[in-house]
Amino acid sequence: MRKLFTVAFASLILAACGSQPPAPEQGGAKVEDRKPAAIKVEPQPVTTVTPVKTDDYSVAMLKDPKSILSKRSVFFDYDEYVIKDEFKSLVEAHGKFLVVNGQIKMLIQGNADERGSREYNLALGQKRAEALKKMLILLGGKEAQIEAVSLGEEKPRCTEHGETCWAQNRRDDMLYSGEF
Amino acid sequence: MKKSAFPGLLAALLLCASAVTDAQLSIEITGAGANRQPIAIADFAGENIVAKALTSVLRADLERSGLFRLIDGATEPLTDTAAVNYPDWKGRGADALVAGNVTSAFSGSDGRYETRFRLHDVQKQAVLGGQTYVSSAAQLRAAAHRTADFIYEKLIGEPGIFSTRIAYVVKSTGRYELQIADADGMNAQTALASREPIISPTWSPDGTRLAYVSFEAKKPIVYVHSLATGQRHVAANFKGSNSAPAWSPDGKKLAVVLSKDGGSQLYLVNADGSGVTRLASSTGIDTEPQFSGDGQFIYFTSDRGGKPQIYRIPADGGEAQRITFEGSYNVTPRLSPNAKSMAYITLNNNGRYQLALMDLATRQTQILTDSAKDESPSFAPNGRMIIYATEVGGRGVLAAVSSDGRVKQKLSVQAADVREPAWGPFLK
Repeated sequence: MRKLFTVAFASLILAACGSQPPAPEQGGAKVEDRKPAAIKVEPQPVTTVTPVKTDDYSVAMLKDPKSILSKRSVFFDYDEYVIKDEFKSLVEAHGKFLVVNGQIKMLIQGNADERGSREYNLALGQKRAEALKKMLILLGGKEAQIEAVSLGEEKPRCTEHGETCWAQNRRDDMLYSGEF
Repeated sequence: MKKSAFPGLLAALLLCASAVTDAQLSIEITGAGANRQPIAIADFAGENIVAKALTSVLRADLERSGLFRLIDGATEPLTDTAAVNYPDWKGRGADALVAGNVTSAFSGSDGRYETRFRLHDVQKQAVLGGQTYVSSAAQLRAAAHRTADFIYEKLIGEPGIFSTRIAYVVKSTGRYELQIADADGMNAQTALASREPIISPTWSPDGTRLAYVSFEAKKPIVYVHSLATGQRHVAANFKGSNSAPAWSPDGKKLAVVLSKDGGSQLYLVNADGSGVTRLASSTGIDTEPQFSGDGQFIYFTSDRGGKPQIYRIPADGGEAQRITFEGSYNVTPRLSPNAKSMAYITLNNNGRYQLALMDLATRQTQILTDSAKDESPSFAPNGRMIIYATEVGGRGVLAAVSSDGRVKQKLSVQAADVREPAWGPFLK
């Protein structure tokens, strides 16, 4: 039960994260967005603390195409390390998985597109991996559970030279124990 | 992580310390110096017993340097002690002449050869010097390179780099090889082959070891590899990423980039992997460290100011000083051996990543190439040439350019990408 509460609490934290400005340099710009959301009074289906079915977070789900947990990649904008809103439910699911499966370990591999210096791109990939790790820790994952590393531009998913391809290569991949 | 690295390591690796590879690096000369010295290399007397292995290598070396123009038709064998008809050679346009001979040194019992040569100044009608080398058949190329080094130093006034070696990574489908070849691209040997990427090879100052980053354990780990034995050890494998090794001038320490404390940051570690200490702290990316030749400074790339620029800090720690200001992307600082200039990669307004050279005293900068995807510059130990990786026709090749931008070479391997060049030190 305590575990479940942690999960629910973590998702609240994540919801709060979601309404924060995406990057430090845009700080303070989105205050209006947050207020209407806070005073919303329309009737809504009650979505309080729904108990999480731990079955949904079993290790088997990692390879079940019907489970969101089978999705392992988060993509980034050019020269950015901010986790975009569209990936938050995915990150949230993996955060819950780490909490439910406290013994399992995760390796996050950050990646960059091919432009520029290999070592600088390695550092960019590292920033992306660490951004994801930070969010997973906010969601209840433990420091000792998660390692953030970078493959830089060395392991591109797509090898054409152009933005559609580069966008696939600016990416974090989440690997679990036994997969690395 | 450390434990799980092992099976992967064994599966992914194929260590072959001295396997000669069939993928030779071929060098094409694409630009030469403005004032090339005319030199005649006469065929060495008796050289037919080694199929002219000496003079062909010697001529190619001097020609490739871009600083000499070979006088044609010097095919009459001329021994080292033969009287030289200086006016005749002057008439053929030669400023310098090399004469020599090759003899079988010990009656062929162990296949040793003695090479003797003399270098003549045709204008002054004088002998500038000569040398004698004894070598096995396999060492004849090395003897020719040493001959070229001698001639180069006498005529140009700085040490030659014909006896040096270069390290680089060859990528073919699903395979990465760390190779080492002579400076003329010959005798390529594979030091390490892996299914996972290998980047950032760098020579120890004494030329006996290479430090590099290998991804064989699904993350970047820094290794130090002894070339003579093929033995290697982990120099940095902390939680997170380990990369960008740079040797201290005494060869005892490595500057490395670690993310163990969060972010990519600079650390110092002993070459055996012990005693890690932090060098600098920033909230951004700090990477690509390199010691200045005198060991006083560490130059590095950092985005602490928002965009990647080059900075330096005193090697024993202290305030960072920004070095590059123009443009939004200046990376990979590499100091010339005399520490007077710095090669680096700059992103120009036209979207090209190009090799640039900065005079550190005046901060004047010159773009040395007309390519668009330059990476990973590395100085030859005499500071004359800079080797770097670039792309031609969608393929990774190496190129070398002189520090004045005039002499240019392209080094490629058939049907593979070549990248991550590192020019080795002078042969001791």
